[in-house]
Amino acid sequence: MTSRIEAWLAAAIADADRRGLPDLKPLLEGLARSTENLRAADERHRLRAQPESPRKPEDA
Amino acid sequence: MTGPDLRRIADVAALTRTGALSPIDLVQSCLARIHDRRRVNAFITVLENSALDEARRAENEIRAGRWRGPLHGIPIAIKDLIDLAGTRTSSGSALPSIEATTDAPLIRRLRDAGAIIIGKTNLHEFAFGTTSEESAFGPVRNPLDLSRSAGGSSGGSGAALADGMCFGAVGTDTGGSIRIPSAACGIVGMKPTFGELPMEGIVPLSPSLDHVGPMARGVVDAAMLFQVMKGHQPTGVLNAPRRLVLGVPGPYFCDRVDDDVAAALARARVSLESSGHETVNVEIEHAGWTPDVYLHIVLPEAAAYHAPLLERHASSYSPGVRLRLEMGRYVLAEDYLRALDLRNALRIRVDQALDGCDALLLPTLPIGAPPLGAGTVDVGGRSEPVRGAMLRLTQLFNLTGHPSIALPAGAGRDGLPRSLQLVGQRNATERLLAIAAAVEALSFEF
Repeated sequence: MTSRIEAWLAAAIADADRRGLPDLKPLLEGLARSTENLRAADERHRLRAQPESPRKPEDA
Repeated sequence: MTGPDLRRIADVAALTRTGALSPIDLVQSCLARIHDRRRVNAFITVLENSALDEARRAENEIRAGRWRGPLHGIPIAIKDLIDLAGTRTSSGSALPSIEATTDAPLIRRLRDAGAIIIGKTNLHEFAFGTTSEESAFGPVRNPLDLSRSAGGSSGGSGAALADGMCFGAVGTDTGGSIRIPSAACGIVGMKPTFGELPMEGIVPLSPSLDHVGPMARGVVDAAMLFQVMKGHQPTGVLNAPRRLVLGVPGPYFCDRVDDDVAAALARARVSLESSGHETVNVEIEHAGWTPDVYLHIVLPEAAAYHAPLLERHASSYSPGVRLRLEMGRYVLAEDYLRALDLRNALRIRVDQALDGCDALLLPTLPIGAPPLGAGTVDVGGRSEPVRGAMLRLTQLFNLTGHPSIALPAGAGRDGLPRSLQLVGQRNATERLLAIAAAVEALSFEF
């Protein structure tokens, strides 16, 4: 799990505990895994959408 | 020569039109069935008095030569997430609800066509579940095996139809909530193209994924209900191409299903091909993204609607539904936007898979109806959570907006129904219905 998602998860679990919702912890852990998958898919999708090398401006 | 199938609207309507069958008898037979089979728990509200009043009115109109069409005098059930004037819209919840003062527009269209609303059906609370177990009114039971789920979230509508308590029903579908109970109960259920039917007067779950549509015992019945809900004349079905080409998406859709589902799909392909149709293998690229993209859209959209209710009535929700809604409050905006972007990519991939095909053919559910209370199910030797398994094959088409219809495909060795779904081109729902009628006519009992 990336450090960004780990930090988000720790904050989310702490907030859920503060709100009296400890049962949310396993759901948030599942959501974190899903978010990691989503971001990986998004990154692959963006990479594929980009041209392989930046175009050089045409000479005038 | 076979006689009329008195479970189907199309056949019953021919008899009510001539006076050979009375709408009063139809309503009374449905009410008797609802009463006798209370353990199924399909209904939250039964409209006995108003349904009988409407039946008497329908009978008088038909006798006087004012037949309004094939839905005139036909008992229909609606999911209790949809407004019907003079009744509470409970959403299957213990939260305070108010009495609707007007009908949802599509209910008004059904009533204008002469349909009789016999009652409002039970559901998974706020349509946020696939089993119809988490309802303030108790779980819906599958009429074919009372120890099993009827599917969800439109479980009451599916159970009522399968058990003879009505002749048609209206459900909603955000990740499969029409098609899943249709599969679990062995009936037909369709979600049209996204945005095709009005959602006004219907409690939302996830507005960019929500669909409303018909449930019935046959494709022609579903087509008539859909046409009326759309504001058209109910002409029934529709001409399909003489020779169909159906694409069967392989990975993701067919690799984790039980043996009986795999056998149903194989039988369907043989039956189609021996009838002169063609089935071809296709791929929906990136279909594996579906559950993650879906989750990051449905959770925050549902949480946004429920946020003020959670502040005031948190303890009134079913615990599981409350937790899923609360989870949605933790999804970051950046991830919601990523999911919307990936959803557009998936829409293009489904369009590409449909290129050259009349429709896609794939399983609706990977399993038969699961036992009530089960947290996990065994799918092809692998244990997985019930909710994920039940949504896996349907939710993509809520993301992409393609129309999709679930058709019965015989029973498994456990005696429970199996189901296949057809997915059509966007904005070509009537064409999908025509294709489904042609497929249904092959009598796949498949």
